[in-house]
Amino acid sequence: MTRTVRISNDALALACGADHVAAAFAAAGCVVERVSSWGMHWLEPLAEIAGEGFGPLTADDVAAVLAGTSALGIGAIAAHPFIARQQRFTFARAGQTRPLSLDDYAAHGGWAGLDAARRIGPDGVIGEVTRSGLRGRGGAGFPAGIKWTTVAKAPAARKYVVCNADEGDSATFADRMVMEGDPFGLIEGMAIAAHAVGAQMGYIYVRSEYPHAIATLRGALDLAAPIIAPFRIEVRVGAGSYVCGEETALLNSLEGRRGEVRAKPPLPAIEGLFGQPTVVNNVLTLAAVPWIMAHGSAAYAAVGYGRSRGTMPIQLAGNVRYGGLFEAGFGMTLGELVMEIGGGTASGRPVHAVQVGGPLGAYHTPADFHLPFDYESFAAADGLIGHAGITVFDDSADMSAQARFAMQFCAVESCGKCTPCRIGSTRGVEVIDRIRARSGRGADPVESLPQMHNARKGGRSLAEDITLLEDLCETMKFGSLCALGGFTPYPVLSALRNFPQDFGLPAAAAAE
Amino acid sequence: MKMAPDSDIDDILTEHAGREGALLPILHDIQARFGHVGEAVIPTIAQALNISRAEVHGVISFYHDFHTTPPRLPVIKLCRAESCQARGVEALAAAFADETRVSIEPVYCLGLCSVGPNAWVGDQLYARLTPERLAALVEQVA
Repeated sequence: MTRTVRISNDALALACGADHVAAAFAAAGCVVERVSSWGMHWLEPLAEIAGEGFGPLTADDVAAVLAGTSALGIGAIAAHPFIARQQRFTFARAGQTRPLSLDDYAAHGGWAGLDAARRIGPDGVIGEVTRSGLRGRGGAGFPAGIKWTTVAKAPAARKYVVCNADEGDSATFADRMVMEGDPFGLIEGMAIAAHAVGAQMGYIYVRSEYPHAIATLRGALDLAAPIIAPFRIEVRVGAGSYVCGEETALLNSLEGRRGEVRAKPPLPAIEGLFGQPTVVNNVLTLAAVPWIMAHGSAAYAAVGYGRSRGTMPIQLAGNVRYGGLFEAGFGMTLGELVMEIGGGTASGRPVHAVQVGGPLGAYHTPADFHLPFDYESFAAADGLIGHAGITVFDDSADMSAQARFAMQFCAVESCGKCTPCRIGSTRGVEVIDRIRARSGRGADPVESLPQMHNARKGGRSLAEDITLLEDLCETMKFGSLCALGGFTPYPVLSALRNFPQDFGLPAAAAAE
Repeated sequence: MKMAPDSDIDDILTEHAGREGALLPILHDIQARFGHVGEAVIPTIAQALNISRAEVHGVISFYHDFHTTPPRLPVIKLCRAESCQARGVEALAAAFADETRVSIEPVYCLGLCSVGPNAWVGDQLYARLTPERLAALVEQVA
């Protein structure tokens, strides 16, 4: 009897050695199907045989799996608590389809959204997306329906749909999993957006660090071209710049320029790519649209919490025991996600800090575990959910080092256009270094000159350096052109306020 | 320094003729073909796209991916972003700070954030790195 074994060919599975495991199954006479990943990353490489899962496997484990003596079985994958607790809309096909099989895609509900969109016409589509409450999943949370309405109403002969796939935030991989595992889902979402706003051309801007996603998307676009015609989509590859994830920097990069941020207004919806009206949406926003069109806006809006409607593919990363992709309606608490779903730290030590929303997100303590996962609740707690990446740190982490890293990262990746970000980040590194070294700061040679009447002569104390850092963060937050400089204060200030002991300060000092 | 024959550059430029915003795809193709984007090709690209040499130079120097000289050592890109930090990449990187046969360069995020520390060499990705596994990787590419 020939057995069929399904193993993911997602980049993460490959990095964990999935090809060796697949080769061992093939050598043992099995038929190996390479499918998308279920998102249970601690179990990769994960093999599925008749619905039963085995992982994490090496090639040496294959004989025992086939003989039925392996201890690595997890039972039925679909019944595993990590999967059973999820509500998968965007990732409904995860683990079940071969990424480049049009047959698999159609058999699992593919193209139903595009068919519905063509049936109800552009105005109908925009109405549905608006009523669904779908908000931009890239981090800003701007209502997709409003953006699409603006582009649809803008008079222009040429319009564009641009997919922001420059997923540079640490702890985020949901975009990558969509592109590698369900590329037709993203293509269908873009085709629906183009139909709604009247765009002829689409671009997917993928970061160069995702070669597998680029290859899969290009393969998928060749196959899907007749289905989405006359709309056309091209993949464009980034070049290692983090700030190009900001939508106006991304547009400049697509135009072949330096990835410098543009001042807004004009909004990209009015004057975007090559000066034309442009929808710029994140991968997850566009990939959510086919489900909404196929199942109706009411079904989508019925899930969620407060003004955050629908589901969010949450990414559990860092020092977490059960890391992976967990899609659920908004509203689960941070504590449920980190402790129940994620199982606490991988190292087994206590959770010290949790960063939510990538490099520009705040560092939370377990005292924030009651927060419901939605845009407004995190904003009210001086944080953000961003692209829903959660990085867990155990008690070996030094949060003053993490604060320094945030400033340093901003300094390296700043596009240089605005002063608060370009210079503030470098000064921020220096101030944090002084605070960590408890060195204070004396008057420098210029300040000591007799003619510098207004300069301070007495130097600066530790407490004054902390006030200076807070002032600097305030300036960056309100004075920067985009979220890079504007949000770098979130990790810095949250580290300072929530973990003063890591800066060598008494718990009360920084809270004042 | 040996630079590409003009005809190869011309082939790449011809392939992208008429494309919107073609500069980044052109630079990627040149670097993929020759390993770097030498200063010598800048005037040719500028002329083909009808932009100034300064603009081409500005784009090359803006993006971390583009190099104007060929890499001198084999490169291992080690992810140094927050999730890999939480999984111990800083101690791992420090242990290999004196490595002279390969260049261990930082990369900010390979999107494998639940199974770090991670590295990227050529077209292969490596997850769950330990000092032993990274040492083996260094031996393999050195």
